This record gives sequence, structure tokens and C-alpha cells, in this order.
Amino acid sequence: MSAGGLFVILVSSILVNNFVLSRFLGICPFLGVSKKVETAFGMGMAVTFVMTLAGIITYFVQKLILDKFGIAYLQTVAFILVIASLVQFVEIVLQKFSPTLYQALGVFLPLITTNCAVLGLALLNIQYEYNLVQTIVHSIGAAVGFSLAIVLFAGIREKLEVADVPKPFQGFPVALITASLMSIAFLGFAGLV
Amino acid sequence: MNIKNFANGLFKENPVFVQLLGMCPTLAVTTSAINGLGMGMATTAVLTCANVAISILRKFIPDKIRIPAFIVVIASFVTIVGMLMEGYVPALFKALGLFIPLIVVNCVILARAEAFAFKNGVIDSLLDGLGMGLGFALALTILGSIRELLGAGSIFGISILGAAYKPALIMILPPGAFLALGLLLAGMNVAKAKKA
Repeated sequence: MSAGGLFVILVSSILVNNFVLSRFLGICPFLGVSKKVETAFGMGMAVTFVMTLAGIITYFVQKLILDKFGIAYLQTVAFILVIASLVQFVEIVLQKFSPTLYQALGVFLPLITTNCAVLGLALLNIQYEYNLVQTIVHSIGAAVGFSLAIVLFAGIREKLEVADVPKPFQGFPVALITASLMSIAFLGFAGLV
Repeated sequence: MNIKNFANGLFKENPVFVQLLGMCPTLAVTTSAINGLGMGMATTAVLTCANVAISILRKFIPDKIRIPAFIVVIASFVTIVGMLMEGYVPALFKALGLFIPLIVVNCVILARAEAFAFKNGVIDSLLDGLGMGLGFALALTILGSIRELLGAGSIFGISILGAAYKPALIMILPPGAFLALGLLLAGMNVAKAKKA
């Protein structure tokens, strides 16, 4: 695989096939923790960290365990367990070695286990038959795309706080319509790759 | 046994419209009414089975590791449902694609396991699972119907608006999902405000 091919994977996973806005993966944190840019950024960082690690580890689990013993049907069970333990592990390591980072990411870490973007990414990597380098690039791209979407969205929502929104639209409805407009904007990238 | 456990999930505590849980599949697979219904049914099956299994096992699962235990139970049922769908309804299985294995991380299921099945008897958990699941299916079918009607002029593949209608393709594309759900929730707020 040439460097050009990797670049295509990176750009397409960040912009064209944005995990949140065009694949609908990770909608829960996208809507749930996007009230402030600061927390959105924290969530983005935590997800980037876990997604990249999860992408690499699930690649090896698939190749070295599931494929080798012909038990590919256990994929879902195996991957979700790997992700859950990984999140727990990351939490413990961070707490021990980088208390500041732990403080910053702390509350978001447990939420990541049920973030479908992580499991979705692991499954997509296998489905696309990516090799290790492609897996890493795709994982980073997807995570950056998620962070980009959630931070931009939080920026808009901060402005919405002070805007005069019609009563029935307050809260969730206006957030969804904002997401819809952002999604239209990201559709514009479709011809890029 | 209490029939209220069943009715609760359908309307008063509808997982999508009221609790706003399980947003990813709600938005992703509702490009047509049949996809919405199919996803709803698959989720209902997993939710009901998981609720029953967890309710039976609730005396044996230690409190501290209950979340991983729930996830393993749910993941097993998702695998079973996925295999059955691949065998019997391959077209639907293909259309829903990635979102079948992702039923595992649907927060509705984990929420019901934690909030209901772990604390209640088998029959009640069964009714709760069925009610919540069907409420989820109802919401997905409604959203799917609206998007299919506006985006393709049909519901369940049957043409409703006729050939003269020029479909608004945007409703089937990702932005349409956010837009349709946002407007639907706003409409429900208006209806609620009028009633009160």
C-alpha cells in the first residue's frame, strides 16, 4: 500500500465518511457531552486514545485468535470484551501515571465502553480487510473525525444557549436540527476522494 | 406480574421519543419503514431474551462485575439473532449491516438490564423487555415511514404519493435523519404543551 492510498483512507475517514455525521456512530456522546467546547474536547481526546488502541488490539485478536481457531462467529463477544477491558485498563494506568490527564478524561472513560463508534470501528477494520498499517491510519482518522465533529458541534451549541429558540424546539430538537445542517455541510466533502 | 410494565415502554417511557436512548440505530437504519421495523424487531428479540436471562441470573451475578456480565449476556443473544437473520432474512441482514452487531452497545438494552431486569422477577422482566422493545420498534417504524414517504414517495415499498411527486432525496441521506427526528420531537413538544 502506497503512502497515497493511506492518505485517501485518512481523509475519507475524517471528512467524507465522518463517523458521527454520515455513519451515525457515536451519536450518544455526540449529543450528550457537547454542551461545552471544553468537555467536548476532553471526550474527543479520550475517544481518540481508546479508538486507536482498540483498533490495533482487535486487529491482533481477529488475526491471532479468531481466524486461527476458526471461531469468527465469536467476533462480537470477543471485541466488546476487549474494548471493555481496555477502557478499564487505560483508566487504571492513567490514574497511576498521569493524574492530570486522568482528571481531565476521568468521567468520560467509562462511557466509552458503550460508545458504538469504538466497536463499529473495530468491526469495519475487519470488514474492509485492512492490514495493520491501514488499520492504524483508519482508526486515527475515524477518531479525529469524531473529535472534529463533536468540538464543532459544541461550539455551535454554546452560541445556541444565548439564542432565542422557539419553545417547542428548545433542548434536543434544535440540537438535532443543528446536527442536520452540519451533516449537510459534510456531505459537501463527498466528491473529495 | 403487572401489565403496566408492558404498556410503560410503548408510550409513556418510549425509549426513543421520551428517554432519547439508542440514538445511533434510530438515526442510521431508518432510511425506509421496513428497515426501521426490522431493526426494531431484532432489538426487541435481544432485549426480551437478555432481560429474561439477566432476571434469572440476578441472584448469581455479583454486584461488582454486573456490567461486564450484562454485556456478555447481551452480546451472546446479539450473535444468535444475527446468525438467524443472516440465514432467514439475508436481504434485511445486508441492509442493516454493521448495525446488527452494534445492537450490543445499544444503550436501551443495557439500561433495561441495569434499571429493571436486575431488580425484578422473570415475568415482569419479560413484559418490560417486550414493551420497551416494541416501543423502540414503533418509534423506528414511524421515523422510517416519514423518511421513506418524503424521500421516496412510498411506505413499505408501496407508492403513496404517485409518480408526480418529486422525492426529496435529502430525507434518505444522513442529514434527513437528524432533521426528521428533530422536527418529530418538536412536534411532540407542541402536542404536549397543548394538552397541559
